[in-house]
Amino acid sequence: MDTTTTTTAVPAETADGAVRTGLLIIGASQSGVQLAVSLRALGFDEHITLLGEEDHRPYQRPALSKEFLQGTVESESLIFRSNQYWEDHNVALVKGERIERIDKEADGSGVAHAASGAEFRFRRLALTVGARARRLQVPGADLAGVVYLRNADDALALKAQLGGVQDAVVIGGGFIGLEAASSLHKMGKNVTVLEYGPRLIGRAVGEETSEYFLTAHRGRGLDIRLNARIQELVPADGGGRVAGVGLEGGTVVPAQLVLVGIGVVPNTELGEQLGLEVDNGIVVDRHALASDGTTVAVGDVANMPNPLPGSPEGERIRLESVNNAIEHAKVAAYSLMGRREDYAGIPWFWSNQADLKLQIAGLTLGYDQTVVRRDEERGKFSVLYYRGGQIIAADCVNAPLDFMAVKNALAKGQNIPAEAAADPAVVLKTIATDG
Amino acid sequence: MPTVHFTDAEGAVRDVEGNPGDSVMETAVRNGVPGIVAECGGSLSCATCHVFVREDTLDQLPEMEEMEDEMLYGTAVDREDNSRLSCQLKLCEGQDMYVSTPETQV
Repeated sequence: MDTTTTTTAVPAETADGAVRTGLLIIGASQSGVQLAVSLRALGFDEHITLLGEEDHRPYQRPALSKEFLQGTVESESLIFRSNQYWEDHNVALVKGERIERIDKEADGSGVAHAASGAEFRFRRLALTVGARARRLQVPGADLAGVVYLRNADDALALKAQLGGVQDAVVIGGGFIGLEAASSLHKMGKNVTVLEYGPRLIGRAVGEETSEYFLTAHRGRGLDIRLNARIQELVPADGGGRVAGVGLEGGTVVPAQLVLVGIGVVPNTELGEQLGLEVDNGIVVDRHALASDGTTVAVGDVANMPNPLPGSPEGERIRLESVNNAIEHAKVAAYSLMGRREDYAGIPWFWSNQADLKLQIAGLTLGYDQTVVRRDEERGKFSVLYYRGGQIIAADCVNAPLDFMAVKNALAKGQNIPAEAAADPAVVLKTIATDG
Repeated sequence: MPTVHFTDAEGAVRDVEGNPGDSVMETAVRNGVPGIVAECGGSLSCATCHVFVREDTLDQLPEMEEMEDEMLYGTAVDREDNSRLSCQLKLCEGQDMYVSTPETQV
C-alpha cells in the first residue's frame, strides 16, 4: 500500500469544501455494495464513500420485475444492509449525486465532480456504474405509458400506472421482458410479448430452451409473437398516452401500458472521460483493473477476460448478473488491497417466470453439442451444453439437482459424459467424472 | 422482537434481533452476519444461505418444499438432517431461532 499518503478513517472536509475519502465507489449497486463489504472483510482501513445517483439506499434489483412488481415483498426488504451496518463499518452512503466529471492523477487519486456542484476527493477510485436500459427507437416511444424496468423508480412508476391497465404489451422476450410479462399476467392483465428475434431469450439460452419457454408461456396464457416488427407506438385519441403498438402490415396490438425490455447499454461515459480503454464496457484485466492500472471497474460495466476456467486465451465477455457483480467485486477488493487474484469462476444466472424457475450454470459460448433431459411428469427440463465433448453449461428449468450437479462439476473441472446424461432418470451427480 | 442466535463454524455466537415476517437469511444479511451469502436474495435459486437448525427446534419450522429439498443437495458443505435454507425460515413473534452456519457457502 501507498504509505506516503496520510489515510484517515473519517472523511475530512478539505479547505475547498470537498469531501475526502480513501476509496470512492461510484455506483451504489450490487457490485458497489459487495466491493465495500469485501474490503472491510479484508481489513481495508481507509474511509469508503459509496455514492449513487438514485435517492434510495442500495437495494437488490432482481425482485423489481417479480416479487416487488407483484406486491409480495416490501421495498424495505430489498435494502442490502441496515444503516447501522454502514455506520459500524465506516462507509458513508451518498444518495442522489450524479458524477459528471473526474480529474485523476497518475497515482490513482483525484476528485470527482457531481452535477450538484459537490466534489469528492479520493485516494482510489472504483466504477460500479452498471448499465442502463436500451431505449426503444420508434415513433411514439416517448408517449406516456411507455415504461422501462431497470431501477426502483422505474418499478414504482410502473406500479403506479397499473390501475387502469387491461392490456399490456411487453417489448422484448428476454429475461426482464418475460419475468415482467409473467408478473403482469399474474396480476390479471392481458399480456402480449413482442420479440424481434426468431426465438425467446435468444442471447442467453440455446434453441431447445427457447422452444421450451415459448410453449410453456403460451400454455400459461401469454400471447407471444416472434419476429415482430414494430412500426410505431400509437397514441390514444387526442392524448399523449399510448393506446397500442403498431406492427408492420398494419396490425395494432392494444396496450394502455408498454413495457420495454430490449437489453442494456453499459454506462461507460465516466470511463471514456477518464481516458480508459472502452469497448462494449470498460476494459479490465483479470484483476478488475482498468487500462490506467489503478481504477477498478466491476460488474455489468466491465468487459473482462472470460472467467470460466478453460476458456480460450484472449476471449473477453461482459456479464450482466448478480453472481458476476459479487464475484468480480471480490477480485477488485483484492486488487485495491495490493493483492493480485485472478478472476475465475463458474458464472451462473437465474430467472423466475411464473412457476418456471430457470437456473443457468456456465457459459454456452462456443458449444457444439446439446443433450436435452425432459421429465414431463415432474415438469423438469434441462439442456446440457458441450464443447468438444466437455460440458460447459446447462439451462435447467425446475431442475435444481441438474443445475447443482453441473455447477459443481464445472467448479471441480469434471465432465458429465453426454451419452449417459441423455437418460433423464440418471442422477447427473453420480456420473460426473474427473478430467 | 424475535432474536436469531447464529453460531459460526468456530463456535462463536452472535445474536441479532429481527422483525417478525423477515427470514433468517434477511436478518443475517442486513446485519452483515458472516457465513450467510444469499446471492439470489431469497428466491430459492442459489443454496448459499444454508444453515443447520438446532435439533430440538426443528419441529417448530414449516415443512420443506421440494425445491428447497433439492437445492440442499447442492450446498457447499454437505447437508445434514437439520439442514435448511435460511431464506425459507420466517421469524415469528415470541419465537427465537437457533442456527449454525457452515464453514463455507460457495
